[in-house]
Amino acid sequence: MAATKKDVLNFVQIFDQKMEEHRQELTDMDQAIGDGDHGINMNRGMKAVGEKLPTFQDKTIDAILKGVGMTLVSTVGGASGPLYGTAFMRAGMAMKGEEELSAEDIGKMFDAAIEGIVSRGKATTGEKTMLDAIVPAKDAYNESIASGKTITEALTVAEKAAWKGVDYTKTIKATKGRASYLGDRSIGFQDPGATSITYMIQSAKEAGEKAGK
Amino acid sequence: MVGIVVVSHSQKVAEGAKELALQMASGAKVAAAGGLSDGSIGTDLEKINKAISEVWSDDGVIMLVDMGSAIMTSEMAIEMADDPDKIKIVDTPVVEGTIFGAVEASIGSSMDHIVEVLKQVKTQAKF
Repeated sequence: MAATKKDVLNFVQIFDQKMEEHRQELTDMDQAIGDGDHGINMNRGMKAVGEKLPTFQDKTIDAILKGVGMTLVSTVGGASGPLYGTAFMRAGMAMKGEEELSAEDIGKMFDAAIEGIVSRGKATTGEKTMLDAIVPAKDAYNESIASGKTITEALTVAEKAAWKGVDYTKTIKATKGRASYLGDRSIGFQDPGATSITYMIQSAKEAGEKAGK
Repeated sequence: MVGIVVVSHSQKVAEGAKELALQMASGAKVAAAGGLSDGSIGTDLEKINKAISEVWSDDGVIMLVDMGSAIMTSEMAIEMADDPDKIKIVDTPVVEGTIFGAVEASIGSSMDHIVEVLKQVKTQAKF
């Protein structure tokens, strides 16, 4: 069953709640290897998005995603602003004119979001970033859909793959962003960006569960 | 006259660089886009867009940035601009670059020339 605009709005709202819940956890993680503001920044950005949600109700899916992205770029403040912002905006652009999202459409949104993060951050996997979580999640999602799973089942598998990616970030050295200033001392720590993007995937899964899709 | 935009995570850094530059070149068009709307640390797309339009002219705009999101958010601002070819981010020290850029702009140098000067600022030894 395809996802509707209501499901998209629901997903955004759940993500907002999760950034509130995990604010301290993400900030503590970032204090260990970065500038210590990831949780604060993501919470501030998603809160601003949450406040705008009522004005998004009448918009199309692509306009909602673009609105989320634009809001994040102006309110997050750190590198996650342009990275998440570009991801949401590119996902929206890929869905231009769509009134519903099929399972395959969601796979295309993953692709567009990842391409956006790669080009904006000039990053690739293995650099201890959000890509180490979202790329394996996207692969797991697409494989599950290809083998006939529902959107929620595929997102469940995707979330597991993302957490595995988060664990992997503990084993590698950061070569992008502020954590790269620490060099080898960044090994052993979990990447906050990979963690927050896993909560985003978890939010999508929960929106799917709620809608029974 | 070429406009200069300073983008920093810190409002004070951006405004301080502007202040130093205007002391040398009081006629220059320099806009500071530092920090978030409440003055806390970060970079803000809307603030950057506003700074660009503040100093915008057909002669172009040069942007100086500190790091991370300052670079990425400035790139987004350029992509969204009406005439993106006339806005350039230069990889150069923010404070010195703002001063040199403002001086060059105030004496009527072209955007391409200022970009070249600022690239040299990066490699020039201070002492």
